[in-house]
Amino acid sequence: MIHPIPSGTRDVLPDETREVRAITDILRGVFERRGYGEVYTPALEYESVLARADMAEARPAYRVFDETGAVLVLRSDMTVPIARVVATRYASSEPPLRFCYFAHCYRGVRPQRGQPRELLQAGIELIGAPAPQGTAEALTVLCHALDATGLKDYRIGLGDASLFPALMASLDVPEDARAGLLEALVLRDFVGLERNLAESGLTGDAAELLLEVPQRRGGPEVLTDTPAQAQEAVTGLRSVHELLEPAVAERVIFDLGLVRNIGYYTGAVFDVYDPALGAPIGGGGRYDELLGRFGRSLPAVGFALGVDRLHIALAGEERGTGALLAGAPHEAGT
Amino acid sequence: MSPINGLTIAVPRGALFDGTVDLLAALGLDTGELRSNDRKLLFEDIGVITMRPSDVPTYVEAGAADLGVTGKDVLLEQSAQRPGEGGREVYELLDLGYGRCTMVLASKAGPDPAHEALRRLGVMRVATKYPRIAARHLEETGRQAEIVEVKGSVELAPLTGMVEAIVDLTATGTTLRENNLVIREEIVVCTARLIANPVAHKLKAAPLDELLARLRELPAAARGRGAPDPV
Repeated sequence: MIHPIPSGTRDVLPDETREVRAITDILRGVFERRGYGEVYTPALEYESVLARADMAEARPAYRVFDETGAVLVLRSDMTVPIARVVATRYASSEPPLRFCYFAHCYRGVRPQRGQPRELLQAGIELIGAPAPQGTAEALTVLCHALDATGLKDYRIGLGDASLFPALMASLDVPEDARAGLLEALVLRDFVGLERNLAESGLTGDAAELLLEVPQRRGGPEVLTDTPAQAQEAVTGLRSVHELLEPAVAERVIFDLGLVRNIGYYTGAVFDVYDPALGAPIGGGGRYDELLGRFGRSLPAVGFALGVDRLHIALAGEERGTGALLAGAPHEAGT
Repeated sequence: MSPINGLTIAVPRGALFDGTVDLLAALGLDTGELRSNDRKLLFEDIGVITMRPSDVPTYVEAGAADLGVTGKDVLLEQSAQRPGEGGREVYELLDLGYGRCTMVLASKAGPDPAHEALRRLGVMRVATKYPRIAARHLEETGRQAEIVEVKGSVELAPLTGMVEAIVDLTATGTTLRENNLVIREEIVVCTARLIANPVAHKLKAAPLDELLARLRELPAAARGRGAPDPV
């Protein structure tokens, strides 16, 4: 008999479990050695509690009623539940606080490779450590963890979620046009961005900057001769970079167009890329205002890795036939 | 002969094929075999893979190609319908200008049958190959509709009385006229777009930007006829 399971979920059998377990054991070892204690939280939470965070596009997708009629949701990430834990259980603890987790999260995405509806995330949260030191620590733990798994060719795209909004504000973009411009950037639609700029009546240098700056990405050279309006965010990125040890610093690609569709990110944001996978393996960033919404105002930073995506990338690197490699005969041939 | 800047490009077969191959030739790629062999799918030596236009976002999103060319109609049809639903995770980098078509709502000539259906039955039936674009347009304009998805000639559906209207892509309007259909509404103008895989966009930034700069410098003639209405 064949009995179906919901779209976007799957059973994990012993061969795969062994490989996944090997990866999570390595990650857990690195996190624990760096002082990040592992926590479990319930998969089900009250919707009214999680709604304190601005989840935007990562809003919980699955809801049920409990026996009293209260609305429960399946968590869509671990950052918000840990913010709740800190405000509730660590209300008077001396920061910084360090937590790690290995937990399934649930999203109403279109199921595809490495993008299930039930996804296993591995991550850390560093609470009470402001930029740039806190950000540098998170990036360092991230690279040490990935190095320990044996992933070779990964890079970290580093940007700042506040850069584009600050650029719009300082260039006097009309208030009602800002959301549309930001949405085009979140959707990775530069054609739409250009059209929206024209429609908002923006011309000349301002329009040029708003279109050109988010397309800057690469080595430290992209931080030089940036416009004055983006200086604050760029200075922040530079100060993070200066704190990184060389092995971590050389993994970093600066990306001035990196934005998030999760509303709680406030400063530095980052994504992990590997040529063996066509989508980011994970990402994170600063969320300095999220804890305040739960009643304990502390700056914070964290990241989450998609364990399945990391597994696919490791397997791809091992075979030398990852997504961007398989379709690229020039790389295989030369 | 080698790929442009070491990049793999997904090229659409069909209406956008000639314009795309002209563009690649203008960039200096040897497109001889690409033009002459319409059965081959993978041209490794020039870094080109060919496929139907609606498959281009799939290959680019997965990273099987770094870049791709497809119509805005395809991108709109595959984009997120609602916030959080998740559209294609690709960058839309450039409006290439060619392949200009208009997505229209059309119905039989004479008094609009869709009007009568809406007034008397409360709902209009619409046949289309673009169910999401059609549903979005009708929702945004406050009309209740039953979307009937068809794969072949959409013009047939209103002529047989199965539906009152169609949503389809038209370049010249000739096929519509020949089938006694008239355009009632223009929904959106669509042109060819250059898209990129999000990881390739970061890890291959320099070769990709160099290609973009060369594309922007090409004379308008090589990038298609006339300036398109932006979409």
